Amino acid sequence: MMPQESFNVMSGFYALFYKEVKRFWRVSFQTVAAPVLTALLYLMIFGHVLEDHVKVYDTISYTAFLIPGLVMMSILQNSFANTSSSLIQSKVTGNLIFVLLAPLSHIEFFSAYVLAAIVRGAVVGSGVFLATCWFAKMNFAAPLWIIIFGLMSAAVLSALGLIAGIISEKYDQLAAFQNFFIMPATMLSGVFYSIHTLPSVWQKVSHFNPFFYMIDGFRYGFFGASDISPWLSLGVVSGFFVVVAAIAMRMLSIGYKLRY
Amino acid sequence: MSAIEFKNLRKEYGTLTALDGINLQIEQGEFFGLLGPNGAGKTTLISILAGLCRPTSGSAEVMGYDVQKEFRIARRLLGIVPQELVFDPFFTVRETLTFQSGYFGVKNNDAWIDEILFNLGLSDKANENMRSLSGGMKRRVLVAQALVHRPPVIVLDEPTAGVDVELRQSLWKFIGRLNQEGHTIVLTTHYLEEAQALCNRIAILKKGHVVALDTTANLLERVKTPNAADGDLEDVFMQIMNEEKAS
Repeated sequence: MMPQESFNVMSGFYALFYKEVKRFWRVSFQTVAAPVLTALLYLMIFGHVLEDHVKVYDTISYTAFLIPGLVMMSILQNSFANTSSSLIQSKVTGNLIFVLLAPLSHIEFFSAYVLAAIVRGAVVGSGVFLATCWFAKMNFAAPLWIIIFGLMSAAVLSALGLIAGIISEKYDQLAAFQNFFIMPATMLSGVFYSIHTLPSVWQKVSHFNPFFYMIDGFRYGFFGASDISPWLSLGVVSGFFVVVAAIAMRMLSIGYKLRY
Repeated sequence: MSAIEFKNLRKEYGTLTALDGINLQIEQGEFFGLLGPNGAGKTTLISILAGLCRPTSGSAEVMGYDVQKEFRIARRLLGIVPQELVFDPFFTVRETLTFQSGYFGVKNNDAWIDEILFNLGLSDKANENMRSLSGGMKRRVLVAQALVHRPPVIVLDEPTAGVDVELRQSLWKFIGRLNQEGHTIVLTTHYLEEAQALCNRIAILKKGHVVALDTTANLLERVKTPNAADGDLEDVFMQIMNEEKAS
């Protein structure tokens, strides 16, 4: 449970971070429980239908392969949702003014929103894993990679959510960003399949999807096997984070669509 | 050092000039009225002061600190009550004020928050969600949020729009006390009788220009005639608007 009583703050950054965490936790049935249930349904349906038809990395069952993919998909979607929905709600209702009036730098603003979204991604991802890990025997071949890819991928999607929230002025603009970019990129990144099962042309196309590297590197942490080297995946994910973080911070520093 | 200073401030939105070279000083401890018809530029002026809006040219300072270059200090010295009735529906009144304190880096602020809540008649609403409050109560919370970091300069942008007499009286009593304690108060309002009763000095804006700037007493002198009853600020306001129209 989150503490209900008053708290001492260390800085504007901490207050904003704490507020953002408390915001999603207050509606945790919607922000945590619902995505866990969704992932569980995916596992039950796809796992049941494809278990005997698809084999990946020879020794790994399809259900075991699917679980890290669903965990990562939940991390990605919820990290994105936290920053983007918080920002668009604050913009539409007008209460973003309270943050804009405060002596917060763009770095504090960015860090607080992104870290809170990483927390949500981690909470939902952990929830999905705990709910699904009973359906297959799971390994932890390289746990550090699991943590690194989980956190880095959440950070990338949090920053992307911040960009989407800043750019969008209406809910439907944000929904378009989510439905036509985030959702396809996530679904086509290898959540439900190994790219080695695809025709060669689609394998090549998949390499242009940065989300593929997040899921592939994350899976390496579980199975010690992946479609490509985890170091290459880490490089791509880190590079992608640097780019989206730089764009988000630039937008915040010039007050793009926030300060007129 | 002035509490607020605008120097050659211009703000253009495309072809529209919202502020056209505003030069204005508001001294420390003043209760200052910023009046004008809709679209005169009052809210734009306040938005620039608050850092919500960037000037096209010129500068704005709070207690000598530039609101763009030294925004961290300038914003700490400024409390703004926004015109729109906005709130965060996720939190209670106390949480709202605690977070607002936190944004300004203020620790252990419960005693001051309790004092503000008491003075604004919000003590019994402290643990209620913002959504459950009436419009008047939400307006009080907006005032409380502006005061939570004890700023020496307080700007109230139409704080009594649509609120009942009881709130107006308790609000002005509290704001008057803060002014007596040395806080600079800047008020924009369409209720000219409030400005007349409260403000020592008044600026009237029209189409991005300051068209009148004087003490309230001197402005009232303009409409005083030996054979008629004394005029009020509304007469002054209308006279200035008509003069401007004629010129």
